[in-house]
Amino acid sequence: MTTTLTKPRQPLVPEPAPPAALLVEQVTKVYGHGPEAVHALDRLSLSVGRGEFVCIVGASGCGKSTLLHLAVGLDTPTAGRIAAEGRTALLFQDAALFPWLTVAGNIDLALRLRGVPRSERRAQVLALLEKVHLDDFATMRPHELSGGMRQRVALARAFAQNADLLLMDEPFGALDAMTRDLLHAELEHLWSNLRFTVAFVTHNVREAVRLADRVLVLTSRPGRLAAEFEVDIPRPRRIETPEVSALSAEITESLRREVRSHGHL
Amino acid sequence: MGTSETAVSLKREVTGLDTLEIPVGPKVTRARRIWAASWPKLAALAISLLFWQLVVWSGWKPTYALPGPLSVFGELGSRLADGTLITATGITMRRAFTGFAIAVLIGTAVGALVARVKVLRTAVGSLITGLQTMPSIAWFPLAILLFKLSEQAILFVIVLGAAPAIANGLVSGSDHIPPIYIRAGRVLGARNLSLFRHVILPACLPSFVAGLKQGWSFAWRSLMAGELLVIIRGRRSIGYQLQVARDFADANGILATMIVILIIGITMDALFFGTLDRIIRRRWGLIDPSA
Repeated sequence: MTTTLTKPRQPLVPEPAPPAALLVEQVTKVYGHGPEAVHALDRLSLSVGRGEFVCIVGASGCGKSTLLHLAVGLDTPTAGRIAAEGRTALLFQDAALFPWLTVAGNIDLALRLRGVPRSERRAQVLALLEKVHLDDFATMRPHELSGGMRQRVALARAFAQNADLLLMDEPFGALDAMTRDLLHAELEHLWSNLRFTVAFVTHNVREAVRLADRVLVLTSRPGRLAAEFEVDIPRPRRIETPEVSALSAEITESLRREVRSHGHL
Repeated sequence: MGTSETAVSLKREVTGLDTLEIPVGPKVTRARRIWAASWPKLAALAISLLFWQLVVWSGWKPTYALPGPLSVFGELGSRLADGTLITATGITMRRAFTGFAIAVLIGTAVGALVARVKVLRTAVGSLITGLQTMPSIAWFPLAILLFKLSEQAILFVIVLGAAPAIANGLVSGSDHIPPIYIRAGRVLGARNLSLFRHVILPACLPSFVAGLKQGWSFAWRSLMAGELLVIIRGRRSIGYQLQVARDFADANGILATMIVILIIGITMDALFFGTLDRIIRRRWGLIDPSA
């Protein structure tokens, strides 16, 4: 690439604030053409700071998943710019582990594709599994695990990518409440210790308040930024506290207003 | 509560839930499982032999046309003892494995290309399926014309019989890969060749093995047809034995050879490919373990 060969010029203006881990600028995504076209995102702008935990909530059709797919490079925006700093990992709602590999094999493949030499991989796989408390299950197959355990393997696999930015697409949506509560605690714990950046998409407002530093509310069809809420509740949090409930109620009200605007009498 | 204390109690809760979520069931011993799988087969075998004997006793056909199981198995035993059966099986299996190996190479290469290249798919996709419906015996006149009465003529037909099924297995496998695996692979940084090697190929495996299994059965049928039609001097294969027994109206010989053909077919199909298929499906969690 030519840009890497040329010497960077001295900036004429002072450097702006440190760049965000994820920067979305005026991003539009349209699927299809003509009158059939679906505007998934419309001039959406947002940013996620380094080490920040941001949750994105919205009703169906707000383009939450589209946004994450664009951020990780699975798709390209119709217009606008989206930039993720460093390595990016994406967790799907379905853990998307490979059934032909063991738990350890799944993590090993992520390391291998990142170019980690064979001699180092074994120890790293074990260390990553220990991080999510699954070291006893290394030789099991994904289908032998529970849904929550599969998501933790997926989390370990994302760590194996050495990702600075973790994108999560409703990762706990299909889990039972008890497992979900524990995974919230586990994710919060890991995040507090390792300080990666998280952009977490969910339709569950309480979950968003439980986890996030900041909650972004998107409008539906097309997806735009509707509102933004700072969450000042001290950590570690619990989902059933009155503070979480109060803020959740407020955010839910703003979501409902948005949904009402799509309805008719 | 301090952070490390919180971490410890969190770990206990998480691992405790894991223990509860892993299903525990009574372990079935190996001997019991093998017995459960084999007694119905043995019973079925015994019943068919009994039925055969009853037909013979009924006098429906004279014994020179339809001998009983005892005399056929006696013939089988003596052929086993004097070595003709071993030699014949050796020649036949060598042809089968050579032909099948070539078919696997060609079928896999063609299948991979057709699955990944759109134009090729449109051009020859349906042709491959068409080739599969062609009865292999219909190829022999052309094969004999091209290669005379030779090993190549037999191999030619085996490959034409088996390769399309193998290619089709790979193509349909790659058609049915859940898109989430491809996405997950790309997120992990797999591109083109590494995506093909680490995601697409293994994801095709169940269907590919099904293709191999079907390919083998086509190869085996083609080979048997071939050995009856293409008799090569000095090559006393299984097909040759069958042909000779027919020429001498040796009913014991015909039935003994047929039993050998059947046993080899069942061994390869059920024991080899069937087991391979079952191992893969169990690993992937495609078999209900309680069933």
